[in-house]
Amino acid sequence: MIDGEEKLPIIRMYHVHKFYGPKKALTDISLEILENEFVLIGGASGAGKTTLLKLIYLGESATEGQVLVDGMNLSRVSRKQIPELRRKLGIIFQDYKLIPDKTAFENVALVLEAAGRHRRYIEKKVKSVLRIAGMDEKAAAFPASLSGGEQQRVAVARAIVGDPKIILADEPTGSLDPDSASKILALLNRYHQKGATLVIATHDQELIRNAGSRVIHLDRGRLDANP
Amino acid sequence: MAKKFLNTITIITMALAVLIVSAFGLFSVNLNELMDKWQHGIRVLVYLKAGVSDDNRRTLEDQIRRLKGVSGIAFISKEEGLARMKERIRILDAILADLDKNPLPDTFEVSLDAAFLEPVRIDEILSAIHKMVSVEEVAYGKVWLSRFTGLMNLFRVAGMAMGGLFIMAAIFIVANTIRLMLYSRQQEIEIMRLIGASDHFIKMPFYIQGLIQGFLGGALGLAVLYGLFSVASIRIGEYLPIGIKGIRYFSPMMILSIMASAMLVGWIGCYLSLKGFLKR
Ligand SMILES: Nc1ncnc2c1ncn2[C@@H]1O[C@H](COP(=O)(O)OP(=O)(O)OP(=O)(O)O)[C@@H](O)[C@H]1O
Ligand SMILES: [Mg+2]
Repeated sequence: MIDGEEKLPIIRMYHVHKFYGPKKALTDISLEILENEFVLIGGASGAGKTTLLKLIYLGESATEGQVLVDGMNLSRVSRKQIPELRRKLGIIFQDYKLIPDKTAFENVALVLEAAGRHRRYIEKKVKSVLRIAGMDEKAAAFPASLSGGEQQRVAVARAIVGDPKIILADEPTGSLDPDSASKILALLNRYHQKGATLVIATHDQELIRNAGSRVIHLDRGRLDANP
Repeated sequence: MAKKFLNTITIITMALAVLIVSAFGLFSVNLNELMDKWQHGIRVLVYLKAGVSDDNRRTLEDQIRRLKGVSGIAFISKEEGLARMKERIRILDAILADLDKNPLPDTFEVSLDAAFLEPVRIDEILSAIHKMVSVEEVAYGKVWLSRFTGLMNLFRVAGMAMGGLFIMAAIFIVANTIRLMLYSRQQEIEIMRLIGASDHFIKMPFYIQGLIQGFLGGALGLAVLYGLFSVASIRIGEYLPIGIKGIRYFSPMMILSIMASAMLVGWIGCYLSLKGFLKR
């Protein structure tokens, strides 16, 4: 407050539980993530990291409890409002989710087209983001002809092209060599520096040790205070 | 590949629907027009007995003219009648050329008021004329007319029923091809939603596709119909009496409305298949 550095929570969860049918994936999660914060979500495979991210972008809805994202109470968000929520977010999916019969350029451009941006702006912006991601030379390539790391970079480009308030990244360095991984992290960090809130789910212990940021640790669906 | 096939099937079905519905439409329009011309120009032919004097003829003419429902009367001498007949039916020319005796009677051509074009009233007029002196015979195509009207009504009903059926089939098939396409693009649609695309944005390309299918189907159907029409109109032209110009194709306005309807069918097909699909 005194120096204007006071940050407000942009993501909040209150006593969130998530069941997949009879299977409990998350138990009593309460947390806050602040504006422009860089948070890592750690935990073993199956701990519930992806599920936690899904609750934020309404890929799933909480079975119990409340999730608030940038002022939207997700339990009250209608189907019509979901696009509005998702345009605040840039999501990097664990399995990339690139559209196979669209080129790298078209995959990235789709975000801006869906947001109703002008063609000329889209052209310029997508080119520049692909350049930043080091993918400008492969703009015309289809996902199937790209390596895993290259697909990952297209996915990152797509996540940041809309200048989202919040970037959700699910294992963004998952299957990459250390060099590619650090490039991706540098890229994401750049947007964090520019003001985006960055949430990365990972089981990469090295990344967790080196990042020097807050870690939300999950253990079999529960917050783990002492990992 | 599969997409192309689905597209082709849809367009062909649409074309068939348009072809069948418009064929009935075209037939009906032409028949209507023919009937119209014929009814407006309806003539009763009154054949005179041979050797009626000029005086008697003029008396008869006055009598007929005074009848209620008669709007005009013209005298056609037997010479004139023969000339006309020769002109209308050319083949007869040769046969009639060396005929030394004119077989035709003198004739009055009586036109009737449009308001009297009802079978009962026409009957009244005809029997009145028939009873007059000097009249040999009265000719009038009444039976023809009523049979024709009945046939036309039957035709119209059948056409509407078939047309309706085909339009429904077209909508059904469009809806299903679009649904198949939706299923084949399910993953893509899911991804689009995840990156913030609205339903509207996702649906738009499908609607555009439906409209294009409607457009192409409509154009194809009308083109095929035009081909059939051209062939038919040559054939029919040979049988038509001289006075009637021949059959017509649709007016530009009609063509536009048929195209619009075909596109509407494409749109409705899309609407039906998209309605349930995007609810998650
Ligand atoms: N759609 C689903 N249906 C049923 N169970 C699910 C579903 N998605 C996840 N689960 C289960 O919920 C638990 C948490 O899954 P989640 O994908 O969130 O784990 P994770 O931490 O992301 O794992 P990983 O590191 O392997 O990606 C797992 O036990 C998983 O089997
Ligand atoms: Mg996961």
